[in-house]
Amino acid sequence: MIEIKNLHKSYKMGSNSLHVLKGIDFSVEEGELVAIMGSSGSGKSTLLNILGMLDAADSGEYVLDGVPIKDLNETKAAQYRNKFLGFVFQSFNLINYKSAMENVALPLYYQRVGRKERQDKALKYLDQVGLKEWATHLPSELSGGQKQRVAIARAMAAEPKVLLADEPTGALDSKTSYEVMDLIQKINDDGNTILVVTHEEDIAHMCKRIVHLKDGVIVEDKKVKQVRAQQYV
Amino acid sequence: MWILDKDLWREIFATLGKNMLRTFLTMIGVILAMLILILLLGGANGLSNGFNKIFEGTASNSLFVWSQRTSEPYKGFERGRRIRFKIEDAAIIKKQIPEIEVLAPRIELGSHRDVVTVYRNGRKSGSAVYGDYPEIDNITKKKLVEGRFLNQTDIDDSKKVCVIGEETYKLLFDKGEQAVGEDIRINGVFFKVVGIYKPNNNINIDGENAVFIPFTTFQKAFNTGDRLGWMAIAVDEDTKVPVVESKIKKILKAKYDISPKDERAIGSFDMSEIFNGISAFTTVLKGFSFFVGIFTLLAGVIAISNILLITVKERTKEIGVRRALGATPKIVRRQIVLEAIVLTTFAGLIGFSISIGALALIGILLEGGDIPVDNPMISIPQFIISFLLMVVLSTLIGLIPANRAVKVRPIEALREE
Repeated sequence: MIEIKNLHKSYKMGSNSLHVLKGIDFSVEEGELVAIMGSSGSGKSTLLNILGMLDAADSGEYVLDGVPIKDLNETKAAQYRNKFLGFVFQSFNLINYKSAMENVALPLYYQRVGRKERQDKALKYLDQVGLKEWATHLPSELSGGQKQRVAIARAMAAEPKVLLADEPTGALDSKTSYEVMDLIQKINDDGNTILVVTHEEDIAHMCKRIVHLKDGVIVEDKKVKQVRAQQYV
Repeated sequence: MWILDKDLWREIFATLGKNMLRTFLTMIGVILAMLILILLLGGANGLSNGFNKIFEGTASNSLFVWSQRTSEPYKGFERGRRIRFKIEDAAIIKKQIPEIEVLAPRIELGSHRDVVTVYRNGRKSGSAVYGDYPEIDNITKKKLVEGRFLNQTDIDDSKKVCVIGEETYKLLFDKGEQAVGEDIRINGVFFKVVGIYKPNNNINIDGENAVFIPFTTFQKAFNTGDRLGWMAIAVDEDTKVPVVESKIKKILKAKYDISPKDERAIGSFDMSEIFNGISAFTTVLKGFSFFVGIFTLLAGVIAISNILLITVKERTKEIGVRRALGATPKIVRRQIVLEAIVLTTFAGLIGFSISIGALALIGILLEGGDIPVDNPMISIPQFIISFLLMVVLSTLIGLIPANRAVKVRPIEALREE
């Protein structure tokens, strides 16, 4: 599903150049649930941004679902993101003046899906995350966990190839975190490919594979026995 | 077709509706600008209409010529000689100057603006008495309230008929009394009233209390021979009045042995001069109003752009999220530009409605007053131009915040604080 070869990325900081990713080789199969771990500054967010086409690599190859991702202009990147990727952010990033359902329907709007179908799909995904009754509520009326579940529903609504979650539990207490991870595991059980960036060990162990980043290189890549979040809920 | 895309509009109205106060404050600038533009334009139009009304019924491209005393000795004549035009002069001038459309010779009883006592059944009125040709009606239109004006048959048969002013009627007749068909007496001669006219309350050359009788009748009744008082002349639209004026004077000066340098022997009054002066004034006023209005509008639209810029900054994160979810730069730009257009158009329409109402009110309040303002309203082309201009301006100005929004890279927008 994801194929990355010798990925490099550096940022210019004034006259200095900060080499963040120093040759990453990495691949993800369909249906995997991968945790990307690392301390801050390890390059894990940069890697996720490149995977999410929010940022471009300096050199290296990136193939997503057989499509080489390179030389993207903003329009093309937006279209690929819409088609291939679902995003879940630490701070949810719901649009505050839109109801839960409208938020979930937004990626479908950009896919030019008709209004009726959008609403049906949005309701379907809200139902999946258990928030169907909250469809007409604004984000400000939802709890953190509910917001993140709406965000996950939004990410799933476009039926992406890969779900990218950047610290999805970073802003949540541990009980809510487990609820969210339970949801992510269930989505993964349905065969969806998911990448989770986290720095919490327990969250990482709820994935099936852990990739450790340190100073811009992968220092460890191991399969783990998945801890089901269900038992903590 | 994106313009018919219901979702797009829903999206725009949702965004604008989300913060009504901000939307409203943004619109105030444009509302006021539109108000000023329309009020200025309408006011200028009203003033122009008002002046036109004053000139209504008066051929603006016209002049009046009369004789005076010479001020230069010439060909053995002393200065101070009284010049008297003859009726034949009218025909000569008309024949020699083809640009003249109407030439109405006129003669007055007594000297200029003199009054004569007109009698009827023991009542009397001091009126000006004119001997006229029916053509005069083409230069200074008489509004007849009853009967008819003089006609060619009256001239041909030297009929003893007359047309009297409303003021004269009031003095000679009882209220509501039938006047047409009655006789009045001027200098011992009886004339039958055939019409009553109402003086225009605008330009009035004849005075309010006047009696018009056929020129030929005048000659016979008052024994004026071939004398001529003055000539009212209407000139063809495309010809400048001063050109004709100098031609006429040249002919008359040659005929009456007046020095070519004599400026005083022949008097004349160019009506077009006043008319042109006023119409130049109203044109300048209209142009100026438009100019001021456009810049006010520009200021209003810039205010919208400013607010949208701030809004874009506020919405950085939202725009980033939209981009991450698949909004292309084009979609983002279109949304911001359309927000600008919708805001401006909506505000413009509000301002427009208010100002139309205000103009209508002003029109009603000033109606019939002394201020020369009539029907202060903007024309449909003016409305269309103002409106198109507003939309074009808002589109151009909307591009500034739109490009700012597009420049924000999603990764920066989404960076955690």
